[in-house]
Amino acid sequence: MATLDIRDLHVDVVTETESKEILKGVDLTVSSGETHAIMGPNGSGKSTLAYSLAGHPKYQVTSGSVTLDGEDVLAMSVDERARAGLFLAMQYPVEVPGVSMSNFLRTAATAVRGEAPAIRTWVKEVKQAMKDLDITEEFADRSVNEGFSGGEKKRHEILQLELLKPKIAVLDETDSGLDVDALRVVSDGVNKYKADSDGGVLLITHYTRILRYIHPDKVHVFAGGKIVESGGPELAEELENNGYLRFTSGKPAAV
Amino acid sequence: MTQAPNVSGALETSDRVASHLHPEGSFDVADHPVPSGKEEWWRFTPMRRLRGLQTDAPFAAGGCTVTVQAPAPATVSQVSIDDPVTRESGFAPTERVSARAWNAVDEATLVDIPAEAELDQPIYLRHTGNGSDVATAGHAVIRAGRHSKATVVLEFSGSATVADTVQVIAGDGAQLTVVAMLEWADDAVHHSAQHIKVGRDAKVKHAVLTFGGDLVRVPVSVDYDGPGGDVELLGLYYADEGQYLEHRIFVDHAKPNCKSDALYKGALQGKGARTVWVGDVLIRKAAEGTETYEMNRNLLLTEGARADSVPNLEIETGEIAGAGHASATGRFDDEQLFYLLSRGIPEPVARRLVVRGFFGEILLRLGVPDVVERASAIIERELAVTGN
Ligand SMILES: Nc1ncnc2c1ncn2[C@@H]1O[C@H](COP(=O)(O)OP(=O)(O)OP(=O)(O)O)[C@@H](O)[C@H]1O
Ligand SMILES: [Mg+2]
Repeated sequence: MATLDIRDLHVDVVTETESKEILKGVDLTVSSGETHAIMGPNGSGKSTLAYSLAGHPKYQVTSGSVTLDGEDVLAMSVDERARAGLFLAMQYPVEVPGVSMSNFLRTAATAVRGEAPAIRTWVKEVKQAMKDLDITEEFADRSVNEGFSGGEKKRHEILQLELLKPKIAVLDETDSGLDVDALRVVSDGVNKYKADSDGGVLLITHYTRILRYIHPDKVHVFAGGKIVESGGPELAEELENNGYLRFTSGKPAAV
Repeated sequence: MTQAPNVSGALETSDRVASHLHPEGSFDVADHPVPSGKEEWWRFTPMRRLRGLQTDAPFAAGGCTVTVQAPAPATVSQVSIDDPVTRESGFAPTERVSARAWNAVDEATLVDIPAEAELDQPIYLRHTGNGSDVATAGHAVIRAGRHSKATVVLEFSGSATVADTVQVIAGDGAQLTVVAMLEWADDAVHHSAQHIKVGRDAKVKHAVLTFGGDLVRVPVSVDYDGPGGDVELLGLYYADEGQYLEHRIFVDHAKPNCKSDALYKGALQGKGARTVWVGDVLIRKAAEGTETYEMNRNLLLTEGARADSVPNLEIETGEIAGAGHASATGRFDDEQLFYLLSRGIPEPVARRLVVRGFFGEILLRLGVPDVVERASAIIERELAVTGN
């Protein structure tokens, strides 16, 4: 049983010219087996939260704490966080030319598992996971994310989720850019991860449609850099019908 | 030759030579004034670090020890510089360093691969420098007979100050690979003018792998002797703190239906690491059906390094099969690094993945197992230097 605990998290985004506060006190606890959906308007800071948890250098934590099973996540380097069991499926996965997907996956699995997986079982494992996600075999030889379509990139993020089996997974808009069939395949992948690994999921999304496939235990509304309301799945229904208007001090929401 | 003696950097206007970057050559040193460094041809080179190779630095014998390994029926021998074979490739020095190198030797080393011979092992010429105080001149001619198949590896290591000439003659239908592997010590200076004449339907792969040296400058030029010639020019360089590595290619397409494909890749790390790549492909009127591509990519691994990259393409006929050039210089990308780290991969491993991937394409195309293995090992060592 793992628990990610976020307490009063304040984060600045650091650019060349200035630094600006984006997260203004986020409180959230995600445990194994739970699925939390975070929904909120554009620019409210959802990705900032995701990147801050992963340790992206552009985002500076100014106060608050993040712990995973009591360990101080903020004191860990980016790779240490991943090895501790945190995973971020990115909204915009990065292309890494020259590094083949298969080499990348094996290197990552070796790092996270602490030893190189045995070749034969590894090959089988990867093949099966790719098949489950409708990814054709030729992708193994292609450079990481290079020239992948938006949907292909998202599938590969979930492929990594399957293979790295983190304790807690943050999925940043994994559903955007997917057609209905792909959405189902990717959702199945997330559900499989949850079932196999008893993982905790923090699902960031704009739309309720993915919540038909991945059922959240909790729904949080994110606005102005913090969680402004939390509830059960019914909160998602309300957002679907009324938008974010009531949470954004009367300004029309951009959804 | 109808033109006045060559002046590097002068605008060339004869009918035959339209490329201002590559004036006609001359064997007479007096025809080549001492370059100031402002000439187009020299504009990147730190002239003071050439140790007088471009002025009057005396040449002495014995600067390098050479060992030869030549599987039969190939032969390696010394021939007089006046032997007609030294004029066979059509090369003539276009600047003072090469002209001086030409005139400083009495003999050239001739690597002769008989017609139709197929060698299953590479020929090696291993040069070991004995010190960089005195300059040394060298001259090698590699002649691959018609329909022969061979690989020649020229290795350079140790300390030395060298100006040399490498001429490659690929006979009709020959398949020849020539690799220059520069593993010089940190204090070496090497200027190497290399010229390739490509016979009808011959296939030549030429590679320069540059790792060591304080200053290395390798201009490579290509001429076609008939239609159907196919040349692949590969380059891999890795510049450390304070190193200056310059590579130039000039491909002169004057015959129809020939191909050229150039790919040079460089990595730079450390303060003052500096590389220059200048690519020039000229497609003359007669060269219909030409297919050419040139590409240079540089990867800046740390702050304080600088890579210049200048691809040129001059086209004088509309009847070509395809022509392209590209160049890109990028920093080691923070977002790429973050992505790899976020999957648990430690930073040194992540950097190695990216650099190996970057050079992988060249090594794959090079395909000479022994050289590839050693180059990979050197790259790993270089990566360890900065604790990457
Ligand atoms: N690297 C950055 N440089 C500058 N500003 C940034 C950066 N990252 C985020 N911001 C700013 O921080 C705010 C929050 O951005 P963030 O990407 O976290 O929002 P989001 O809720 O994920 O939006 P979306 O729904 O569009 O994905 C925005 O105003 C954005 O412009
Ligand atoms: Mg976002």
